[in-house]
Amino acid sequence: MTSTLTPVRSKRSALTKGQLPKYAPYAVLAAALIVGAAILALIGFNAFGWGLVSALLFAIGLVSWSAMVEGSRRAKDKLATCLVVGSFLVALLPLVSVIWTVLVNGIPGLMDPGFLTTSMNGVTGAFDNKAVESGGPVMGGIYHAILGTVQITLLATVISVPVGLLTAIYLVEYGHDGRLAKAITFFVDVMTGIPSIVAGLFAAAFFFVVVGPGTKTGAVAAVALSVLMIPVVVRSSEEMLKIVPNELREAAYALGVRKWRTILKVVIPTAISGIASGVTLAIARVIGETAPILVTAGFATSINSNVFGGWMASLPTFIYTQILNPTSPSNPDPSSQRAWGAALVLIILVMVLNLVARLIARIFAPKTGR
Amino acid sequence: MSKRIDVKDLNVYYGDFLAVEDVSINIEAKSVTAFIGPSGCGKSTFLRTLNRMHEVIPGARVEGEVLLDGDNLYGPGVDPVTVRSQIGMVFQRPNPFPTMSIRDNVLAGVKLNNKKISKGEADVLVERSLKGANLWNEVKDRLEKPGSGLSGGQQQRLCIARAIAVEPQVILMDEPCSALDPISTLAIEDLINELKDQYTVVIVTHNMQQAARVSDKTAFFNIAGTGKPGKLIEYGDTHTIFSNPVQKATEDYVSGRFG
Repeated sequence: MTSTLTPVRSKRSALTKGQLPKYAPYAVLAAALIVGAAILALIGFNAFGWGLVSALLFAIGLVSWSAMVEGSRRAKDKLATCLVVGSFLVALLPLVSVIWTVLVNGIPGLMDPGFLTTSMNGVTGAFDNKAVESGGPVMGGIYHAILGTVQITLLATVISVPVGLLTAIYLVEYGHDGRLAKAITFFVDVMTGIPSIVAGLFAAAFFFVVVGPGTKTGAVAAVALSVLMIPVVVRSSEEMLKIVPNELREAAYALGVRKWRTILKVVIPTAISGIASGVTLAIARVIGETAPILVTAGFATSINSNVFGGWMASLPTFIYTQILNPTSPSNPDPSSQRAWGAALVLIILVMVLNLVARLIARIFAPKTGR
Repeated sequence: MSKRIDVKDLNVYYGDFLAVEDVSINIEAKSVTAFIGPSGCGKSTFLRTLNRMHEVIPGARVEGEVLLDGDNLYGPGVDPVTVRSQIGMVFQRPNPFPTMSIRDNVLAGVKLNNKKISKGEADVLVERSLKGANLWNEVKDRLEKPGSGLSGGQQQRLCIARAIAVEPQVILMDEPCSALDPISTLAIEDLINELKDQYTVVIVTHNMQQAARVSDKTAFFNIAGTGKPGKLIEYGDTHTIFSNPVQKATEDYVSGRFG
């Protein structure tokens, strides 16, 4: 058999004619950065202006070059890409800025001896004055606040997950879009919009009536937080239960399984990963609440491990009081250092919770593979 | 271990809409009965009334009688759960439980109902059911793997194994092969032939060759037009329906002149 193949001349493919070379964006970016720096140098250099001017120059340069070489369709495509990437960067800016600021200011606080293991009990302005004047270590810690935050949030979760999950089950499995289901959906939406301070006032007033005036404990704060959590849990669980295929329910019914067992053993296990991550996100949403905790749990400087009795500190209220009423009014620096340290711990806590949510989602996810 | 089904003057509704009108049919024990007909003629709807799966859909209801060995499924005080544990069902799309292993899928009917079963008994039941569904040899080494990792045809046979594990009297199949390739279809058809030694099998199919291959009796359903109720046009021996039907509409349908 003779080969009928003729050798193809090596040349640039006609199919890729009229395209910008691969290095084009990088070249334009480099040029934009240089020109941007030059322009900024004329009017006084600053990093933010440099980034802004360079981004504009980059977009104009790349789009017009593309328009000249590749035609208007690809130029529009490049413009859209520039807008999308630009928006992404703008959205990312606050996040990076917040994390950077908290890290820079928070790490010194975190490095204080006993910061995570001691409370503010007995730490007075005199210690702070001494620390500033003689350069010694900053005393005091956030152990009581961490303990308070964890306890209050845990109790709030224990309250809101059963209520929220059962509400979602009613809405999806039993409500049939009836009048009651519609009313519940409406009020859940209303609850989502409740300002957190109002939730705090509700819990404070509720316990005022039920227990007595001036009741401020961790449990009251937990009730306030669960008012904020329940709608989030209902919404996310509802969505997760809705996407469980109806075929699975029918398969269970066809095996002679009762409805409540089907829900318990088939529907919820199938949706559990989504529900679990929804719950974790709801926790992350309320763990940083300040106002409702201030009016319900008060503020404490010592360790209180009883969530049902006595005032309780939490990380957000700790930050708030340390900044607003420094322990030593004449030397507020140690207090603000502690506040930043607490802020860093709070962010780490939320981040860990998000990671836990992903882990839970992965562990419980329906298994595939052969 | 199989019972006959007798349907008397059955009307099936979705809300106010009459979906299937006035069906009377006698389904023999230990036989395969096929329902054929064009799309939307109510075959599947009617099939679902035979184990009270129809009423799972909100607003759906039924008038008339369905007798399982003389007991009315729709009699007062009858628990649909009891009905469904006697009349199993296999669906159009394979739907193994994604959170369960192959073994747990087979045991689903037992375990979901919280019946106590020893490990030895469970092993016997799993092996018997999977052998009954012609799947044992393919999965015996990976019973703990998730059921969703099987191929479509294997998944459907897993669903059949799951249905026969609860030892029903009757097995209903709603187009069990429509999502499968010809080889998997053949495997299921062979299985249906074996199942009729023990069970009463009712199968809905769009595939007339399939009805001719697997069934003893065939029922032809048709619909007069959109929005009209579906009706049972003709019911008889499969051979008669395909070679010498009484009704003109049946003849037109089986000879491929419409539908």
